[in-house]
Amino acid sequence: MRGLQYHLDLIYELTKKELKVRYKNSALGYLWSVLNPLAMAGVFYVGLGLIIGVRVPRGEDYPFWLLLICGLFPWQWFSNSVNACTNVYIGNANLIRKVAFRREVLPLATVLNDLVHFAVSIPVIVLFLLLARHRPTLAWLYGLPLLVLAQFVMTYSLSLVTGALNLFFRDLANLVQIFLQMLFYMTPIIYSLKWSRIAAFRHWLLVNPLASLISGWQTLFLEGRFSLGMWQLAMGYSVVMLAAGMLVHRKLEGKFAEVT
Amino acid sequence: MSAPAIQFEKVTKTYTLCQHVAGGIKTFLFHLPAAVRQLRNNKFTALDEVSFEVARGEALGVIGPNGAGKSTALALIARVLRPNAGRITVRGRVLPLLELGAGFHPELTGRENIILNGVLMGLLRREVRARLGQIIEFSELGEFIDQPVRTYSNGMLGRLGFSVVAHLDPEVLLVDEVLTVGDAAFQAKCMRRMQEFRRRGVTMVFVSHDMHAVRVICERAMWLDRGRVRMLDASQAVTASYEAALAGGQARGEVPADGQA
Ligand SMILES: Nc1ncnc2c1ncn2[C@@H]1O[C@H](COP(=O)(O)OP(=O)(O)O)[C@@H](O)[C@H]1O
Ligand SMILES: [Mg+2]
Repeated sequence: MRGLQYHLDLIYELTKKELKVRYKNSALGYLWSVLNPLAMAGVFYVGLGLIIGVRVPRGEDYPFWLLLICGLFPWQWFSNSVNACTNVYIGNANLIRKVAFRREVLPLATVLNDLVHFAVSIPVIVLFLLLARHRPTLAWLYGLPLLVLAQFVMTYSLSLVTGALNLFFRDLANLVQIFLQMLFYMTPIIYSLKWSRIAAFRHWLLVNPLASLISGWQTLFLEGRFSLGMWQLAMGYSVVMLAAGMLVHRKLEGKFAEVT
Repeated sequence: MSAPAIQFEKVTKTYTLCQHVAGGIKTFLFHLPAAVRQLRNNKFTALDEVSFEVARGEALGVIGPNGAGKSTALALIARVLRPNAGRITVRGRVLPLLELGAGFHPELTGRENIILNGVLMGLLRREVRARLGQIIEFSELGEFIDQPVRTYSNGMLGRLGFSVVAHLDPEVLLVDEVLTVGDAAFQAKCMRRMQEFRRRGVTMVFVSHDMHAVRVICERAMWLDRGRVRMLDASQAVTASYEAALAGGQARGEVPADGQA
């Protein structure tokens, strides 16, 4: 009983710390967490939409910039967390070498921190939806928490592995960045799965766990509909990834203090 | 006599030396066979069948040249490392006295750091909050307690660290060469604090190059040399032998950082 209460307290305090620290020295505070994906959306809108002339296919009922916004905010959460967690153990080396707390609380707090930033940016997404004459639906009531859950588990699972491995291979952080960049284009963010007329291609894209997840977000935000199929797929991936992540972590955590 | 607070029975700890891995993935992959062979064979024995006991409420000094295995022994007591062989029994709440500022986040205030540190060291939030007043008072930081820790001097950092640990009710306190910073006045203050711990009956393992401090604080001392116990006896006797060995140039270490030797 004390163990559970203790770990909740620990996670709470660490998350609070992350929230306080991340934007402590910047005048704009966590406006950055909103500005960053918006700026990315702006870049893609100008580059792809205006210059190259990418159009939303006939039959889809939203502007291109709205699609960008709906995908980029969840992506921001995912990629920020994975990047930060890759370095979270190295960054806390002095604690890991001296104090025997459960190591997983560090990536957990980092992912929670980014979740909070994602949550507070949802009103911004709503604002842009309203601008395009879309609006939140009842499906959001269960769609939001369910998709957040899937994304949380998926992000945390990957973070467990990259954080642990980075202690053993110090240049993993660079690889993770390249990997995230490739993943970005293989995930329906600047496009939608529905845009492809070739079914086989859609299926191949869904091999990427993130594709089902972001697709779920797009359907919820753009169509006001909760896609059970996409969520089930994403959740399935998440559970498998969590099991694998915990296994890898369990194998390596005993050596953390030796390699930090 | 109650059961000892710390028991080491033939404890061996080996480190795997993995330069290829530490050199990054590229080095690892390009030298894969060599790297794997190295992982298998290149072991370094930091502690070799070390046995000792520390009674409840006792202070044991641990001395020896750099690389002797002192920090390794403390990490094993703290359960941060696992031994490769032998048995370790530790009874009671173990707390490390961290180096100056380690464990504190520079951007958080003293007050925020106290709470974070307390929870990291094993207390519930409400337990830390119940002690917050005492900790702040003990730290004598006054209104600086609500300033970011990065603005603190070494002396202030030390006071904060001490106050936190002092109020977390350690039963076993681990001190690893952390008192060698700061000026003479600060060090004198640290010594007084250490003796307060002693009076409260805290079991202590005290790693230091300061032979005078070891003699003052500890009843017994253990001299480690390349992973083995070279001498384990009253602190007067052990420090005297160690100093004699140093003077004779056979301790194989460099001159202690700040020793009285
Ligand atoms: N994480 C580690 N990986 C590999 N070797 C280590 C590690 N930590 C310590 N060692 C080696 O083990 C020996 C004992 O180290 P340590 O316990 O830190 O000594 P001391 O604290 O007495 O100076 C040293 O030779 C050191 O190089
Ligand atoms: Mg040491």
